[in-house]
Amino acid sequence: MTATTTVEDVVGQPLGVYTRPRGGNGWRDWITTVDHKKIGILYGVAALFFFVVGGIEALLIRLQLATPNGTVLGADMYNQVFTMHGVTMIFLAAMPLSAAFANYLIPLQIGARDVALPRLNALSFWVFLAGGIVLNLSWVLGGAPDGGWFGYAPNTGIVFSPSPGMDFYALGLQMTGIASLVSSINLTVTILNMRAPGMTLFRMPVFTWMILVTQLLLVFAMPVIAVALFLLAFSRLFGARFFDPSVGGDALLWQHLFWIFGHPEVYILILPSFGIISEVIPTFSRKPIFGYPFMVFSGIAIGFMGWGVWAHHMFVSGIGPISVAAFSLSTMFIAVPTGVKILNWMATMWGGRIKFSAPMLFAVGVVSMFTIGGLSGVTHAISPADTQQTDTYYIVAHFHYVIFGGIIFGLFAGLYFWWPKVFGHQLSDLIGKVNFWVMLVGFNLTFGPMHVLGLQGMARRIDSYSPGFGFEFWNMVSTIGSFLIALSIAIFVVNVIRSAMKAKGQPPCGPDPWDARSLEWLTPNPTPVHDFDEIPVVESLDEFWHRKYGTDENGRVVRVASAEEVCQDGSAVGVHLPSPSFWPIVFAAGLPFIALGLIFNLWLTVPGGLLVVMAIYAWVFEPVDDPDAAHGDVSEVADTTEEAPVV
Amino acid sequence: MSTDTVPTDVAVDDSNVDDHDHPSDSKYFQIALILGVLTALEVATYYVDIGPALIPTLMVMMVAKFFIVAAWFMHLRFDNSLFTKFFVGGLILAVAVYVIALSAFEFWSKG
Amino acid sequence: MSEAAATDHATTTGMSHNKLAMWVFLGSECLLFGALISTYLVYRGRFATGPAPGDIFDIPFTSVSSFVLLMSSLTMVLALSAIKRGDLRNNRIWLLTTALLGSLFIGGQVYEFTTFFREGLGYTTSPFSSAFFTLTGFHGVHVSIGILMLMSMFISSLRGSLRKEHSETVEIIGLYWHFVDIVWIFIFSVIYLVPSPTS
Repeated sequence: MTATTTVEDVVGQPLGVYTRPRGGNGWRDWITTVDHKKIGILYGVAALFFFVVGGIEALLIRLQLATPNGTVLGADMYNQVFTMHGVTMIFLAAMPLSAAFANYLIPLQIGARDVALPRLNALSFWVFLAGGIVLNLSWVLGGAPDGGWFGYAPNTGIVFSPSPGMDFYALGLQMTGIASLVSSINLTVTILNMRAPGMTLFRMPVFTWMILVTQLLLVFAMPVIAVALFLLAFSRLFGARFFDPSVGGDALLWQHLFWIFGHPEVYILILPSFGIISEVIPTFSRKPIFGYPFMVFSGIAIGFMGWGVWAHHMFVSGIGPISVAAFSLSTMFIAVPTGVKILNWMATMWGGRIKFSAPMLFAVGVVSMFTIGGLSGVTHAISPADTQQTDTYYIVAHFHYVIFGGIIFGLFAGLYFWWPKVFGHQLSDLIGKVNFWVMLVGFNLTFGPMHVLGLQGMARRIDSYSPGFGFEFWNMVSTIGSFLIALSIAIFVVNVIRSAMKAKGQPPCGPDPWDARSLEWLTPNPTPVHDFDEIPVVESLDEFWHRKYGTDENGRVVRVASAEEVCQDGSAVGVHLPSPSFWPIVFAAGLPFIALGLIFNLWLTVPGGLLVVMAIYAWVFEPVDDPDAAHGDVSEVADTTEEAPVV
Repeated sequence: MSTDTVPTDVAVDDSNVDDHDHPSDSKYFQIALILGVLTALEVATYYVDIGPALIPTLMVMMVAKFFIVAAWFMHLRFDNSLFTKFFVGGLILAVAVYVIALSAFEFWSKG
Repeated sequence: MSEAAATDHATTTGMSHNKLAMWVFLGSECLLFGALISTYLVYRGRFATGPAPGDIFDIPFTSVSSFVLLMSSLTMVLALSAIKRGDLRNNRIWLLTTALLGSLFIGGQVYEFTTFFREGLGYTTSPFSSAFFTLTGFHGVHVSIGILMLMSMFISSLRGSLRKEHSETVEIIGLYWHFVDIVWIFIFSVIYLVPSPTS
C-alpha cells in the first residue's frame, strides 16, 4: 500500500539512479538476496565448508600426535594448524551454523515473514564470509596465526610472532565479530518486535528463547573482543605498547578482555544447541517440554551468570587468591541452571513414547555427552584441582566434550530434524542412525583418552612428545577415533547427496514429517518464499501441536485434525516482500581490501574504503522497494518489509 | 489488521505514539543551562581544593549530567521503557564487569 | 503522521525496528567504551619514560571543548524538535550547527593531539600514551562519523528529501550523537578531572 509513494519519498531525483535488483533463481539472486531462508542456507553451507576445513586441521593435529616424535608437521606449522583449528571451528563453523538455524527458523517460529532488517541480515552473512576468507588467506600470504585461538599476549606480539599470521587473526576475527554484532542486533529486534498476534514471550518455543539469550550475549560480548582485537592489531601494526612488558604493558589485560568475551562466548555456542534439542526431545518423546518456564529461566540465568565466571580461565595466571576464590565459587554456581536443563530434558523423555529417529539420537547424545563435559568442568571450578589440570589434555578433553558433545551433536540433531523443512525431503533415517553411532564412538575414542593423557601430565599445544612417558597408546587410540569422526562426516555427506538424488522428481515430503509442535511446521515443506500465506494467530505454546490435537470428553488426548488440514498450502501470491539489494555484498567486499591493506600496503585500503563508503550511501539512497515488485497484499498483515531507509 | 491483537507482554507505554508531550524548546534550553552549570562546577574543582570530597563530588556531577542527557535529550523519560532497559542493562553490565576486572588489577588500592 | 508511523504499529511492541536496533546498539557500545576506559585506567600510571597524564593534560582547554560538545547535544535536540514541527528551515540550521560544533570539538582534539605529540607523547611512547590516544581516538572517530551523518542529512534536507515524515531518521541519528556526548561526559570527568598521576 505504500510502494509507489515511498520511492519518491526517499530519493531526491538525481540520486535516484539506484535500482534494486529483481528476484530470480540464478547466482545473482543468491548474492543479492535478503530472504532470511536463503541467508540461513548460505550460513549453513559456509559453516559446513569451514567445518570440513577445521576438521582437516584436526586430523593433521592427530596425525602429528599419533606417535612419539611425530614428523607430519613441524613445530611452527603445528602452531598454525592448532590455532586455525580452534579459530575455524569456533568462529567459522559452530557460530555460523547456529546463525543458520537462527536465521532460517526464528521468523518462522514467531510467525513473521522475515527478520526486522533484511538488508542488515544479508550484510551479516557477507561480512562473516569475508572474515572467514581473510583468516584463511593467511595460509598463502605469509603464514597462518600461530598464537592459539585465545591469542595470549605478549606471545602474539611482533617479537614472538613475526609472521603476519596474528594480523590476519586480529583483523579477520574483527570482521566476523562485526557480522555477529549486526546479526545479533537484528535478531533481537526481530524476536521482540515481529511476533505474530498472540505470540507472547512465554508462548515462544524454547529454541527462540535460547536464540534470544544468545543474541543478547552477543550484543554485549562482541564489543569486548572488538576492543581486545583492536589493541592487538594496533600493537602489531602501529607499535602501540599495550602488551609490552618492558614499559609496563600488562599481559593480564589481554587475558581479562579476552575471557570477559570468551566465557559468554561459550554460552553463545552452547545455547542454540540447547534450544535445538529442546525442540527435538519433546517432539520425539511425544510430550510437551517438561518445565517450560524453568527451561526459559535457566537459559536466562546461564546468560547472566556467564558474565561472572571469566577468570576461571586464569586461575594460574597470578590473579591473586581473592579473585581465584570468588571466580571458583561463581563457576560452581553456574552448574546449577545447566543441571536444571539436563534434568528437564530427562523428565521430558520420562514416560514418553520415545521414537529414536536420527534427530532424537543426536539429541540424546547431547544430553549424555554434554553431562560428561559439564562434570569435568566442575572439576576445574575447584581451583586447586584446576592448577593440576591447566594446560594439560584434560582441559582439551573437557572442552571437546562440551563443544563437540554439546554443540556439534546438537547442530546435527537440528540438521536432521529441519532438513525436510528447508529442502522438502527427509535425510535417510537409517544412514542417519549409522552416522550417529559412528560419530558417537569416534568422538568418545578421540576425546575420552585425553582425560587420561591429561591426568598423566601430557601438556596441550606441544607439537610432539618423547617415547617412554606412557602417552603412546592413548594418543594412537585418539587418532584412530578422530578418523572415525571423519568417517561419520563422510557418511553425513553421502546421506545428503543420496537423499537429494532420491528426492529428485518426487513430490516434496508431507507437511509434518515428525508430528512436530512449533509454528514453523505450519508452512509447507520446503518453506515457500513468503513463509506464511496468512500470519497465524497464536493461542498457546506448541501452537501447531494444539491445532492438531484436542481432548475428548474423558480428557484423553485425541487427534482432531490432520497435518494437511492444519498446514497452510503456500499458495498465496503477490505477498509484498523486501526487495533484494546489491549493497550488502559490496560493503563486505570492501573489508578484505582494508584488512590486507593494513597488513601489507596502506594503499590497498583506499579501494576498500571507497567500496564501503559507496555501499553505505547507495544503501541509504536506494529505493525502499522495487516499485514494480508485487505488492497486492493478500493479507492485511504483510507489512513486514523494511521501513525507513536509515542505518 | 494486526494492531487489534498486539500482545502487551513487553511493557508498552500507552504513549508509544511519537506526538505526545515532548518538552518544548525552552525546556531544552533550561536543561542545557543546568548541564552548563554542572560542567562549570566540575571544572571549578580543578581550581578549588576540596580535599577528599573531590572524587565523590565529580562522580555525582558526572552521573547527574549523564542521566539528564539520557532522560531528556535522548527522550528516555518519555519513551518506551524497553529502550531504557537495553541501555541501562548495557550500562550496568559494563560497570559491573569492568569494576570487577579493575579490582583484579588492584586498581582501587594502587591506582 | 504518515506511512512511517503507520507501519510502526505493525510491530509487536509498537516501537520502530530502527529505533529499537539503535538502542540495542548503544547498549552494546557501553561495553566497547567500558573496555577502552578500563584499559586507560589500568595504564594511566604506566608512562615509562614519557610524559605522565598529570603533566600534560590542559584542563582549561579540554573544558572548553567539552562544553562545545555538550552544547551540540542541545542543538541536536532542537533540530529534532524542528523537524517534528515540520519546520524544515530550522531543522537545517540546527543540523548544520550541530555538525559545526562537532567539527569544532574534533578540531580541538587534533590540536590537543599535536600539542601532546610535540611535548613528547607519541602513540608508541608508553602504555599510557597508547591507551590515551586509542580511547580518545575511538571517541573522535565516533564524533566524526556522527558529523558525516549530520552533513548527509543536511544535504538531503537541502535536496528536499528529508521531510517531516522522516523525523525518525533525525531522532535515531540524534540518539547516536547524544550517546557520543554522554561518553565524553564520562571521559571528561574520569580521565581529565580526576587527578592523574604525575611524573
